Amino acid sequence: MKKQAMALVLLLASLLAFPVGGALAAEKNLILATTTSTQDSGLLDLLLPAFEKDTGYFVKTIAVGSGQAMAMGEKGEADVLLVHSPAAEKKFMEGEFGVDRKLVMHNDFVLVGPPSDPAKVSGAKLTAEALKKISESGSLFLSRSDKSGTHSKELALWKVAGIAPDGQKWYQQTGLGMGQTLSVASEKEGYTLADRGTFLSMKKNLSLAVLVEGESNLLNVYHVISVNPAKWPKVNAEGAKAFNDFMVSGGAQEMIKTFGAEKYGQPLFTPDAGKKVEELGK
Amino acid sequence: MELIFDGLLKALTLIFSLDPEVMGISLLSLKISGLATLISLVLGVSGGTALALTRFPGRQIIISLVNTGMGVPPVVVGLFISILLWRSGPLGALGLLYTPAAMIIAQTVIATPIVMGISLSAIQNLNPRLRFQILALGATRVQMVWLLVREAKLPLLAAVMAGFGGVISEIGASIMVGGNIKGYSRVLTTATVMETSRGNFETAIALGIILLVLAFGVNAALTFIQQWEKR
Repeated sequence: MKKQAMALVLLLASLLAFPVGGALAAEKNLILATTTSTQDSGLLDLLLPAFEKDTGYFVKTIAVGSGQAMAMGEKGEADVLLVHSPAAEKKFMEGEFGVDRKLVMHNDFVLVGPPSDPAKVSGAKLTAEALKKISESGSLFLSRSDKSGTHSKELALWKVAGIAPDGQKWYQQTGLGMGQTLSVASEKEGYTLADRGTFLSMKKNLSLAVLVEGESNLLNVYHVISVNPAKWPKVNAEGAKAFNDFMVSGGAQEMIKTFGAEKYGQPLFTPDAGKKVEELGK
Repeated sequence: MELIFDGLLKALTLIFSLDPEVMGISLLSLKISGLATLISLVLGVSGGTALALTRFPGRQIIISLVNTGMGVPPVVVGLFISILLWRSGPLGALGLLYTPAAMIIAQTVIATPIVMGISLSAIQNLNPRLRFQILALGATRVQMVWLLVREAKLPLLAAVMAGFGGVISEIGASIMVGGNIKGYSRVLTTATVMETSRGNFETAIALGIILLVLAFGVNAALTFIQQWEKR
């Protein structure tokens, strides 16, 4: 018995011997709430080490939908946001939850679906037209329904099409991130709206094709926003400012410009620092 | 089928090349779940033993609560711990959210009722005459409790295994309070979910296999200790 007890104690003690890295010095921590697309595409894995090396901050990335990222900002639970949901961002700024909203980059949304294209949407000039065809033919459409930037873009497009898809049999809500929703669409042979970056990074595992693209309405614009320290004294305002500045700096913009080109044959994002939203896509 | 084979191959490559990121993730999983199990062991065995050996008003209710706690969904635990640890929450000043420490807290909350419930029934299942015999031999109360715990060591080790198995494979609470932060709070389960959503299925399968091997290894070691005397 003694031997066994000793063995058990040794086992547990050896676990204890590796101290778990507890809370680092609080002021050097920075909580970045961002969308799943920036994490899933791998862009942050490239940018963050450079930022951390430059400034000494440790970035804690919480990858959620744009909606949840902004909800975290509204409660002061995040220090800085990188999001792509312009309408919701405007509300966020009007509520004085954020400061320093800056344009960082864009890519675009694409309507993807089964290559056989049962609703015959391929080549439609307007996404709204394509959505109409999908609803008329009753083809399956997968919605993320997670209040992400992609989801709010999708809802806006349904509005343009004059269709209320909620509750329709052919309209299914996954409640999942972009990558997982693409997998569901691929497996169930449905259509879905995706950001091009995530679609390209997952393409090899999907039997989906880009069917509608290129409409100016499909731009997917990313902004960086610092959470307002006047509202939430606990946020790391200095760190947020450093990250905010870094994202629009020449170095970061250069990395964004080339990111993904080698792996996917085309860059996943276009850097836009200093530009105006109205100029994009022209 | 090919995917599973690729995943297996990738797992072996990752393990044998001692990939630093995967090693870090695995070690962190072990540390967090090991510590949570250890703490829940202290709380659970002492609480379970106390519940088994004492009688007081409201005891039935507490036992019902412990039994309910054995089946509480981890995401619910994750939700409540997050709310407590938010900067704006009651424990916000500690700055614990999105740290490994928060994950240990959540996993301890998940594992403690499991360990306590199994300990309680283990001690209660001992022959009641054993207590009187021990006391009649002149043992103090502390000595008696120690002897009873020793007597129930087989089911108690089962409690450790159940607790550890429950927390190392847990995902909902871990990702909510830990945040899956690279190099800091990313563990095997949260990394598996992320790699799946990235479409990196081989890596996800590899991580899953490593998780299985780890869980098996720890349980095999505990089983070895448990069955030592029974040979």
